[in-house]
Amino acid sequence: MQPETDIDASLEITVLVSVGRHPITGRARRADQDARAVELARGVSGAEVRLLHAGGQAAESEAALRDYLGMGFDALTLVEQPEGADVLGALAEAFDASPAQLVIGGERAEQGEGSGLLPYLLAERLGWPVVSGLAAVEGVEDGVATLLQALPRGQRRRLRVRLPAIVTVDGAAPAPRQSAYGPARRGHLNAVVGSVTRDEEWVSWATQPARKRPKRLKVVKAASARDRFKAAAAKAEGGGGQVLTEVSAEEGAEAILALLKAEGVLR
Amino acid sequence: MSETRRRDPRKEWIARNRLHPRHLEALTELGRRAGQGAVSAWLGPHGLMRKNPRAVGFMGPNGVKRIDRSGVQQGAGGGGATKSIAQSKPLVEIASPAFLVAVVPDMPGGRLSQHDRDLLGLARRLADAAPDARGAVLAVVFGGYARQGEGELKEHGFGEAGVDRLLTLDDTRYDGVAPEARRGALLAVDDAWAPRHWLLPDSKLGGADLGRRLAVRLGERPATGVWQVMAAPDAPLGWQCTARGAAATLDIQRPLPRITLALEECAEPADDERHAAQALSLPQALPSPISRIEDLGQVAVDPAGVALAEAEFILSAGNGVTDWEGFHVAAETLGATEGASRVAVDDGFMSRDRQVGATGTWVTARVYVAVGISGAIQHLQGIQSCDKVVAINMDPGCDMIKRADLAVIGDSAEVLGALMARVKQQREEKRDAA
Repeated sequence: MQPETDIDASLEITVLVSVGRHPITGRARRADQDARAVELARGVSGAEVRLLHAGGQAAESEAALRDYLGMGFDALTLVEQPEGADVLGALAEAFDASPAQLVIGGERAEQGEGSGLLPYLLAERLGWPVVSGLAAVEGVEDGVATLLQALPRGQRRRLRVRLPAIVTVDGAAPAPRQSAYGPARRGHLNAVVGSVTRDEEWVSWATQPARKRPKRLKVVKAASARDRFKAAAAKAEGGGGQVLTEVSAEEGAEAILALLKAEGVLR
Repeated sequence: MSETRRRDPRKEWIARNRLHPRHLEALTELGRRAGQGAVSAWLGPHGLMRKNPRAVGFMGPNGVKRIDRSGVQQGAGGGGATKSIAQSKPLVEIASPAFLVAVVPDMPGGRLSQHDRDLLGLARRLADAAPDARGAVLAVVFGGYARQGEGELKEHGFGEAGVDRLLTLDDTRYDGVAPEARRGALLAVDDAWAPRHWLLPDSKLGGADLGRRLAVRLGERPATGVWQVMAAPDAPLGWQCTARGAAATLDIQRPLPRITLALEECAEPADDERHAAQALSLPQALPSPISRIEDLGQVAVDPAGVALAEAEFILSAGNGVTDWEGFHVAAETLGATEGASRVAVDDGFMSRDRQVGATGTWVTARVYVAVGISGAIQHLQGIQSCDKVVAINMDPGCDMIKRADLAVIGDSAEVLGALMARVKQQREEKRDAA
């Protein structure tokens, strides 16, 4: 048996990377969220970071994958999958073969269905917990990671999760470093053959470039012309607001404090 | 007792004569109200309806007679009109629904958000598709807002939003980030009632995460980012949906699965009917799950670092503020993000990126405190989507007071000073108690 200290000494992090798509030009690129995930993994001290990609090895996607190598890696494991395959099985096999303690990925892919389900499916398959929308990994101690989750409205929440775990990053995570050209050219793509599952359902769906969504019109459902006119010519009206006139500053402050507390914005 | 209607001509004469000393008395005895003028139609002594065309309508604010034919204002003052419309919506009760549509709203701050209302509108569409076999909309709401520091559950309009059955789960185990406990509760709901559809908001507030967890555990492949649902008789559930894929650059047309994560504006919110919102409870108590994710609570963030457009609590200053040092200290004490009106920015007291309004930032705060801001229309546009507006102002007649949910008339420096003193005092009490 290995002593426990050896396991803790170096934390094994695997980052799931994918081939992104530039929103304007449509060219293959490193996916923004996956690049943030790589940056996040790089920031964890004493961690050994590995890159894993499941997909094809076309010339265009190779260039995109090399962008990840340019962030300071020698090699990237590529589980070969044909176009339109369900990569879940192949990824689960890859993790069975070489276990990781922490798996970091982007929230959703920039190509294909992009449903953001893969982290959840993989976690269910491996029996690991999954945490979404991270802003930072604060530290890993004794197999327990302290994470900072990004909430809407710029808020943060601290979580603790027992490893092994799968986490996804949020747009609030640190911006990825620039990819260096030389290391990107020199790095290796270690191709591994994985089992292939066809995604039959995906093939049966019709896809088309996203249409612009219709803007919602402000439809006034009014019974009479008077109501419609009032809705169209609406001005700021006293909506039953409470007005405190001729009160002392203390009484006014008391009323405001009660409202702030009821809304729960005071911390 | 005689059935004959008897008139009192003298009393009617007094009621017609506004200068008579017993005019008001006579009016109340005849069942009319002062200030409303004469009744325009009444039943005559011989059973005929008599009408007085001159008595129709009411005197408008400028002394011009107005006639309102909508029937809203007859017999009541202007204030109660909107309320009576809300109550006059037909109440719909679905006693034995053909199926259930389960919705899990986000409820930020204990209220239904616009996204939640759209989702409930979609749920109503799915439930009401067949008029002879209507389904019921079940809303699963996780309570406990008071414990999380978000205030209490303030939503009372579930019925108007189209909810037939309401399941409120209020337990400490669902507080904060508890996706595994919440998923456990939803699985119990699925076991107990087996809803035909599950609808969740595809939002960062928790719906996206919870919906994916639920779908994975139920073994369903959910539709994510759905923005359009159309009837399709040949689909398994009778519906076809359009979903956004590939970072919102692709439209995917697919049959609607059992679990749907929908985007904002996926349907029109329901507002024609009032539904029962009948309270339900789970048939059996849930075993407490072992959560592998431990919530250590929210982290204090620097309010000045939060973007104004997404800040939750804004303290905004205008022309009425003279003590700028005191204002900055107050914002720091309250933990509020600072905002400003255009005048304060133009005068150089605040930086340009803090300007709220049409030319500045459109804010979405839950609580907006306007200090010394009179409320120009451009400023009021910028705070349209704020939930609660508090105004501190010297002028009781300004537009901001009309918009505000709570207005305090007084000197802003004094009120802010008193507020800060109270907040500090309470924090100290809390510290002493802890």
